[in-house]
Amino acid sequence: MRSIVSLACLLAVFTLAACGGSNTIPESTGAVDPAASDPAASTRGADGGEFGDFEALDGPGGTPAALMDQLVVYFEFDSSEIRSDFNSMLAAHGQYLAGSRSAQVRLEGHADERGSREYNIGLGERRAQSVRQILLLQGATADQLSTVSYGEERPAAIGSDDEAYGLNRRVELVYR
Amino acid sequence: MQSKSTGRKVGIYALACAALAALSFAAEAQLRIRITSGVERPIPIAIVPFGWQGSGPSAPFDVTAVITADLGNSGRFAPLPERDMVSRPTEPAQVNFQNWRALQTDVLLIGQIAEEGAGRYAIVFQLFDVLRGEQLLGFRVTSSVDDLRATAHRIADMVFEELTGIPGVFGTRIAYVSEQRSGDVREYRLIVADADGENARVIAESRQPLMSPAWSPDGRRLAYVSFEGNQSAIYIQTLRTGNREVASRRAGINGAPSFSPDGRRLAVTLSQDGNLDIYTLDLSTQILRRITESPAIDTEPAWSADGESLFFTSDRAGGPQIYRVQAAPGARAERVTFEGTYNTRPRLSPDGRQLAIVHRDRNNDRIAVFDLQTRLLQVLSGGQLDESPSFAPNGAAIIYATRDGGQGVLAAVSADGRVHQQIAAVAGDVREPVWSPFALP
Repeated sequence: MRSIVSLACLLAVFTLAACGGSNTIPESTGAVDPAASDPAASTRGADGGEFGDFEALDGPGGTPAALMDQLVVYFEFDSSEIRSDFNSMLAAHGQYLAGSRSAQVRLEGHADERGSREYNIGLGERRAQSVRQILLLQGATADQLSTVSYGEERPAAIGSDDEAYGLNRRVELVYR
Repeated sequence: MQSKSTGRKVGIYALACAALAALSFAAEAQLRIRITSGVERPIPIAIVPFGWQGSGPSAPFDVTAVITADLGNSGRFAPLPERDMVSRPTEPAQVNFQNWRALQTDVLLIGQIAEEGAGRYAIVFQLFDVLRGEQLLGFRVTSSVDDLRATAHRIADMVFEELTGIPGVFGTRIAYVSEQRSGDVREYRLIVADADGENARVIAESRQPLMSPAWSPDGRRLAYVSFEGNQSAIYIQTLRTGNREVASRRAGINGAPSFSPDGRRLAVTLSQDGNLDIYTLDLSTQILRRITESPAIDTEPAWSADGESLFFTSDRAGGPQIYRVQAAPGARAERVTFEGTYNTRPRLSPDGRQLAIVHRDRNNDRIAVFDLQTRLLQVLSGGQLDESPSFAPNGAAIIYATRDGGQGVLAAVSADGRVHQQIAAVAGDVREPVWSPFALP
């Protein structure tokens, strides 16, 4: 039962619904290993060896180092709202900045290619500002954060389909 | 980041390199124009190859070819192929109207180019109404060899205006942005070319984005946005010299420059006061005035013809729509567009009666014209990602950007929606076209 609930929760995260599951279930959006979220799973290696049970971790999923490796926040169409699946990642960056006063990060906001270019500069800026707000709340100071918006001018993914659009609606954290 | 000028003195080696680069680039920058639909009954015209009187086998420049391309590409004329021409008159006495009536030609253009001296030429031409057997136009003009292309465009303009009643725009220019990718490297260029795509000249290039070019009303300067140094800034560059100045490099966003009709002010979008708003900058006093103060995205300002108000994009009502505000601090903005959920990027027609905008209809971004009197919206283009409309200075056509099979291309549509052209670069993406004003006398 619990394993089905936890797998369903992960799927729900991917379809962007809030998941109010147990806090022992990781909710990061890094590459998902279903086995890692299922405390009762065990897997069989290719050479026939068997791994032990995975134990769920307390607190935010993944180590702080893994979260700090995540440098991109993605957004919904026409939105600058931070999805809950980025909370842990931004918390990790905010706490890092709070603890390292000399660290500086540039928040680069982007939009997908639909619509006019200067309006998209505005959307990218709004997204960068959203991320900036969260980082300030998490302990960063204003002089550690700068923002720039590239609108649709520097896409991460070339293409005119939803997948490319999703990859382009983003804020990148660029440590200086 | 360099801005190129054709007038600067440089060392011989650098000059040679630049010349080679320019030659190879010129080939790549070449735009190709293709009519995709014309008017139902284009005027059948015969443009007979102009005669040549001078040394050498032919004139130094093919004036006839330029006139023929201009009139043919306008979609309103159907030039008779040369091979169908039964006779080749070059002066009025040689014209036999019967020949041309038999070919169902309505209008006939003939002419001659004569060498007058060192590098100077005289062009004589006549335009005839074939059905009535009457001369409509007859002119003589002199030109240096360097000006023969411009003179050909001027002749095409005169024929165009005589037969359609609309001033021609064959002698005008367009500016646009080109992006070429190789691997991870992106080269952005701001280019100025003749309206037919010839004479493309790079006026700015950068590894960081360039965007939002805007002509000054006298056609001598271009304002544009550049992201060199990871920050947006607005520059104004003088085309003849290549010199440029920073118009605005304030903290945050500097974008969407637009010259006022008298050329003395620049409307811009800044985020220095917290979020995107519209300001006007007096270019001589540097006095900045804040025009909008809403927490929404307010951007893409475009001046009214009298320079007293601004049309702009704002999403203060939720989704982006077009608004109008007096160009004075504290003025109240009034909403202009109500049809559809997404209307942006207003550009006023030369007669001040219409706005060209980007209008989203069921997931397709299209170019539409909005009549400010009747409040009627007419969609003119049929793509999915159409953007950046700009009126020709005669108001008869709109150039815009779109995509064709993944490539960024330009397109043009006549103001009544009947004539469509596609304009593709040989290599890379082109976008953000802006049509120059008429050249000053």
